[in-house]
Amino acid sequence: MTEINVTELTVFVVLFVGVAGLGFVASRWRPPASTMHHLDEWGLGGRSFGGWVTWFLIGGDLYTAYTFVAVPAALYALGAVGFFAMPYTVVTYPIVFLVLIRLWSVSHRHGFVTPADFVRARFGSPTLALLIALTGIMATMPYIALQLIGIESVLKAIGVTGDSFVAQHLPLIIAFGILAAYTYQSGLRAPALIAFVKDTLIYIVIIAAVIYVPYKLGGWGVIFDAADHKFTAAKRGGLLLAGPSQLQYITLALGSALALFLYPHSVTGILASKNRDIIKRNMAALPAYSLLLGLIALLGYMAIAAADQGVAPIVTDGKPDVNTIVPVLFDKMFPAWFAGVAFAAIGIGALVPAAIMSIAAANLFTRNIYVEYLQKDASPADQARVSKLVSLIVKLGAVLVIILIDPQFSIDLQLIGGVMILQTLPAVAIGLFTRWFHRAGLIAGWIAGMSAGLAMLYAIPNPATKHAHFGGSAFPLAKLGLPWEVPIYAGFLALVANLIVCVIATVIARAAKVVDGVDATVSWDYFADEGDPKLAR
Amino acid sequence: MHDSPPSRVERTDRSPWNWLLVVPIIVPLLTFLFNASEPRLFGFPRFYWMQLAFIGLGVACTLVVYRMTRRP
Repeated sequence: MTEINVTELTVFVVLFVGVAGLGFVASRWRPPASTMHHLDEWGLGGRSFGGWVTWFLIGGDLYTAYTFVAVPAALYALGAVGFFAMPYTVVTYPIVFLVLIRLWSVSHRHGFVTPADFVRARFGSPTLALLIALTGIMATMPYIALQLIGIESVLKAIGVTGDSFVAQHLPLIIAFGILAAYTYQSGLRAPALIAFVKDTLIYIVIIAAVIYVPYKLGGWGVIFDAADHKFTAAKRGGLLLAGPSQLQYITLALGSALALFLYPHSVTGILASKNRDIIKRNMAALPAYSLLLGLIALLGYMAIAAADQGVAPIVTDGKPDVNTIVPVLFDKMFPAWFAGVAFAAIGIGALVPAAIMSIAAANLFTRNIYVEYLQKDASPADQARVSKLVSLIVKLGAVLVIILIDPQFSIDLQLIGGVMILQTLPAVAIGLFTRWFHRAGLIAGWIAGMSAGLAMLYAIPNPATKHAHFGGSAFPLAKLGLPWEVPIYAGFLALVANLIVCVIATVIARAAKVVDGVDATVSWDYFADEGDPKLAR
Repeated sequence: MHDSPPSRVERTDRSPWNWLLVVPIIVPLLTFLFNASEPRLFGFPRFYWMQLAFIGLGVACTLVVYRMTRRP
């Protein structure tokens, strides 16, 4: 049982509370012209964010606390494979550069709040839109839960952990209660304002870490050599990719890159920006966070090199929790007050994405389920009220999942979520460029991709955690009867299946003269910019 | 439902500069370029410093495309 480090805890609590205060004040930041009781205001910050706010907001949104904890943990445990986050977060921006501006334009013209709104209008299919919305909600929920794991790992390192149920979970419940309250009050303005603090803290901590820790450990060369020795001795992992894992590395990076901006919370961040130019500029500026992530990833190797100074994962309930490795490294390497700052950075880092994700999930429910099926004539104020309420429920759900169910379950679900959200690519991303697909084709493709993806994930075991199913995302091609002994990212294969079925089913539907939906958009909509008129609704 | 576009000028996102975006999409996925330890740079094996350097490649290409395709 570790002692609670009072200095660390004090710094952590002070910063955490300060930020929470900021979250409440945020409702008065950049006040809306007319009313806060509109989904555009609560859920999209008035669609008015400029370059800097967008940079901080999307950076805080995509590079989550969980990423900052899990990526170095992956390098710590497995080595090079975990570094896939690097190519992933480099290739994603040039891929979406021309896609997102079209999404922004058509959403500006038609007042879309969610990706499913767009699909509804483009393909004239409430069913397809419902599928897209459900996929988004299912993929986002476990992601919110994972942010809690980020906070939990920090609390463990401070020593705030106990054997009783209450002692173990109360701090988390309080943290999320505060988060739920100010998100309810301020909407997207809260994470946008907090992101400034969070990212500033993270940048300070990481720059300090990558200078100070290698200096204490004897240099980068020593750190990489120590990691090399560990992997060689353990005969597991390595500083470089083993031959067969290269294709997995490539497909995982590419698949994740394609999936990133399909997540509803990414779309929320994009639609909240003021104009096209800001999005384009941010596609060039956001990789600054990738540099940060790359350096954070290497903290995993620093932890290996610092093993003789007592850096090891914290053991709870007899299981070493590898996600605690970065907090423990900070705890052992930094003076207590600075470790407190570092922990606050991670803790606050969890609040920003968790808020945006819950807003995005709530918007999906409101727009594509509530308005579509339950209350067709809901006014903008009604929609804002429902969304606020659902955002509370979503967070409650995430807390319950973490407390009542094995956290491993959330990790599995998040893995599945990535594969699932990728299946919305034909309708959302390709749909932005062409109306060629028939709505029936897209539904058939979605079903095929989802089934294939889930079946593959179900068939992947993980010997390390003794899981027979959902043990990872690397699917061995040999299981399909193919002659190659190489694993490949399951989401990528599922997407290929999805696209093939989309094409075939579209051809069949056209040949059979199945009625297609009406496209409510015109080609000009995809180039609209700030100042261009919005369609009256 | 459709009010007519306010400007009759045909808008487009097409530009030959967009092709530059292909470079930072392809290059970081070519594992044969970086899956090696030598040469090391400041103690970093090639696998690590080169992939970090690709961030610069991505930023440079995206920035050029952004500058060259700005609407007047």
